[in-house]
Amino acid sequence: MERQSLGFTIFLYLAAALLALMILAPFGWLFVMSISSTSDLVSKPLRWWPEESDWSRYRLLFDTTPNTHGASLMAALGNSVKVAAIATVAALAVSVPAGWAVSRSPAVGWSLWLVIGTYMLPPVALAVPLYMGLAGLGMLNTKLGLAVVYLTVLAPFTAWLLKSGFDPIPRDLEMAAAIDGARLDQALRIIILPLAAPVIGTAALFAYLLAWDEFFYALLFTSDQRAKTVTVAIADLAGGRVADYGLIATAGVIAALPPVVFGLFMQRALISGLTAGSVKG
Amino acid sequence: MSAGLTTLRAWGLMLPLLAVMLAVIGWPFVDTVRLSFTDARLVGMGGDYVGVANYGRLFASSAFWRAFVVTTEFAVVSVFIEMVLGVLVALLLYQNFRGRNVLRALLILPWALPTVVNALLWRLIYNPEYGALNAALVQTGLIEAYRSWLGDPGSALAALIVADAWKNFPLVALISLAALHAVPHDIRAAAIVDGAGALSRFRYVILPYLAGPLMVALVLRTIEAFKVFDIIWVMTRGGPANSTRTLSILVYQEAFSFQRAGSGASLALIVTLAVTVLAVAYAALIRKSAGARF
Amino acid sequence: MPNTRSFLAAALLSTAIAPPALAETTLNALFMAQAAYSEADVRAMTDAFAAANPEIKVNLEFVPYEGLHDKTLLALGSGSGYDVVLFDVIWPAEFATNNVLVDVTDRISPEMKDGVLPGAWTTVEYDGKRYGMPWILDTKYLFYNKDILAQAGIEAPPATWAELAQQAQAIKEKGLLEHPIVWSWAQAEAAICDYTTLVSAYGGAFLLDGKPAFQTDGGLEALQYMVDSYNSGLTNPNSKEYLEEDVRRVFQNGEAAFALNWTYMYNLANDPKESKVAGKVGVVPAPGVEGKSTVSAVNGSMGLGITTTSQHPDEAWSYITFMTSQATQNAYARLSLPIWASSYDDPAVTAGQEDMIAAAKTGLAAMYPRPTTPGYQEMSAALQQAIQEALLGQASPADALAQAAEGGL
Repeated sequence: MERQSLGFTIFLYLAAALLALMILAPFGWLFVMSISSTSDLVSKPLRWWPEESDWSRYRLLFDTTPNTHGASLMAALGNSVKVAAIATVAALAVSVPAGWAVSRSPAVGWSLWLVIGTYMLPPVALAVPLYMGLAGLGMLNTKLGLAVVYLTVLAPFTAWLLKSGFDPIPRDLEMAAAIDGARLDQALRIIILPLAAPVIGTAALFAYLLAWDEFFYALLFTSDQRAKTVTVAIADLAGGRVADYGLIATAGVIAALPPVVFGLFMQRALISGLTAGSVKG
Repeated sequence: MSAGLTTLRAWGLMLPLLAVMLAVIGWPFVDTVRLSFTDARLVGMGGDYVGVANYGRLFASSAFWRAFVVTTEFAVVSVFIEMVLGVLVALLLYQNFRGRNVLRALLILPWALPTVVNALLWRLIYNPEYGALNAALVQTGLIEAYRSWLGDPGSALAALIVADAWKNFPLVALISLAALHAVPHDIRAAAIVDGAGALSRFRYVILPYLAGPLMVALVLRTIEAFKVFDIIWVMTRGGPANSTRTLSILVYQEAFSFQRAGSGASLALIVTLAVTVLAVAYAALIRKSAGARF
Repeated sequence: MPNTRSFLAAALLSTAIAPPALAETTLNALFMAQAAYSEADVRAMTDAFAAANPEIKVNLEFVPYEGLHDKTLLALGSGSGYDVVLFDVIWPAEFATNNVLVDVTDRISPEMKDGVLPGAWTTVEYDGKRYGMPWILDTKYLFYNKDILAQAGIEAPPATWAELAQQAQAIKEKGLLEHPIVWSWAQAEAAICDYTTLVSAYGGAFLLDGKPAFQTDGGLEALQYMVDSYNSGLTNPNSKEYLEEDVRRVFQNGEAAFALNWTYMYNLANDPKESKVAGKVGVVPAPGVEGKSTVSAVNGSMGLGITTTSQHPDEAWSYITFMTSQATQNAYARLSLPIWASSYDDPAVTAGQEDMIAAAKTGLAAMYPRPTTPGYQEMSAALQQAIQEALLGQASPADALAQAAEGGL
């Protein structure tokens, strides 16, 4: 590293402070809104820190007495957990073998590029037939139906991520196993999968976050607490009759907490996944 | 068994993925193509073959062209901001200073925030009477009076772009940062010894290493920005006076609010075509300019 | 990893296996979370129904008004969608044409026919048939802040729209408020409701002989009034991004002297827990135009209907009958007024909201309909765009409306 002049160092810290402010201010404000009293939130000039913190909205939203705001938000959180889990498991189930196949046998590579190319399709180009298809199967407004639809987004993404994750695992190992008389599936199970566990974990994490974030399909294909996910639930809450901005903010904090905590604690995995495909090309 | 995997077996392993993709993407897509030549409605179905009438009507409609321009503007500007900001932030975080690792950890936060929550957060911030933005700008004396951000066609799209860029620049920054770490140290050192200034060092030494990963980020983000729906749906629903109505919002309106599934399908296919052309063109353009530099 | 796997497998299983069938009937009902009855009211009414009918369970779903139309249609495709839906007065034509709602004309008893206000019935009618029971009987009223009017030396609220502008001007000049009037003019149906109120005041018409007529005469004058009010600064400029809830927030924060809104705002803005202007809220019917009208009003009513996909139409009807019954409506008359004529003379209903009832008696009788056409959604979208373009100065009111008339139908 070259020596830094004092001026450069000051500039560096200023820029870093600015960046920290830029990232944290909106988050901080969301949280402050969630604990400010309603009158603080509509005061002019705006009060930036509540006179006394008010946690009642969290109590309200975590209260699951049937037919309340809390009950519907918690049900939606539960649906999001389940839909994202089903979709993630299903996406991995089909993309692990595919990613490995492409990594080891370039002859089938073009089919993976075709799958990845579907990423360019906007959801609106699939929505009407998917809607009709789900309706025909009686799967509208079901968690399973929504999870199947999420495969359109999750499966191409995980296949791509896994393929580039499998590439660096040396082939010699498989061949050695083959020479030792192991069958293909044994080789996969005993040797490859343990080595590939980190990249599979990363793919699972990404898939889960993508599914958690999804809004468009959930808006179209769910209609009530049986399948409605948390993104739709808070959009409904915010668009409806809520005079209190604090309640919207609180719901936002609750819906954001799982992915943000995931993001903070699993960041090494996330960053390696984000950069794997792009840097190694 | 020399390759470890025969091509036949490889196809066998591909099969589940391909079958699923065929079911959830292939068939719906083909059906969308079919629908686009009919006057099918969402409820009641049926629909007769109408040839290219849907397409003709679209190309003649000012709403379509307007939405096309809005979408392009949104995609180009927000992705441009994300790229510039992302690279600058990556260059900053590549330097050595105290707190750098904390800052790197924070960078993931906006990206992890669900899109809908991000949209709500910014809608609250932009609120014309009680929002934090007006309050902050007036209290610091930067503007004189509260103003409308999302209600003014002059600023609504820009306000959406800021909200979108804030959430997505970390992705570009993280990718660039990883690429920076791939720049061999001795090459940088050699450039410094040669007396290259900071700018030309960036231009000739660093940028070639960034170009590839940035291209991937650029294409990915452009595709996503062109498909944008969620953030606009939650923040403005296309208003005011349709100044933020993007193509995806228009498709939703056509197919689901007005129930014209056929015409909605043709519009969706045009969006698809536009995304494809844009992505391919971007990729080609950048590959060319990156190649010329070496 | 094994733990995660078994958790995921469990999650997969728990959703794949259907819950055990209930012996009782379960109804799914779709409501809105916007004006009129609060969610809490709807839930309380439903609890009362459930207590009286233990064999029927009702699941409630609330969506914003903006999502109500699309949700109703989209849920049709699912075999177990909604049984009971709340629908707006502007949808029966479309819903009847597309076979969304069950024709309930024969289920309506003579007592219902006679007891419900004639104006309320128009909410659920199309082509001589009835597609549900009216439930929310509502129109836009002019709310005013008594304190601010008194400070400005204004003795009576305006009787004409011109007078409204004059009074607002006086308030502005006295420095009491920068922008005395607030409306809901966001690009949404709410803007059409405000516009329709003015159309009725100016004696305009949406359609004449099936052709658009709003671009001339009363329809044009109505939009001209909105634009003038906006440009003069008498109207809160943020009105162009506001829905009803935003109007309420501004009004009950004491930042507007006048507001156009639905019935529900009266008791909420008078509630000291919610509002800074409690006790100062006045309400009158929306004003008229000299020589043309004395009051103005839009039919903003809504009804409850049974979907054609419901497996339990009888149970659904008994739920609807309960929800729309005079007893239920009288008990929850604070945010939405009953559909029953005799309720308006019942002290239990009128006590404490005499002003509101007085305004309602005139306002409800003057309710003007938005057009009845299966293509209403598209026409409304075109009009919303025209209104916003005119407000924003992108087109003159005449040009904007002419454009909407061309593309709208």
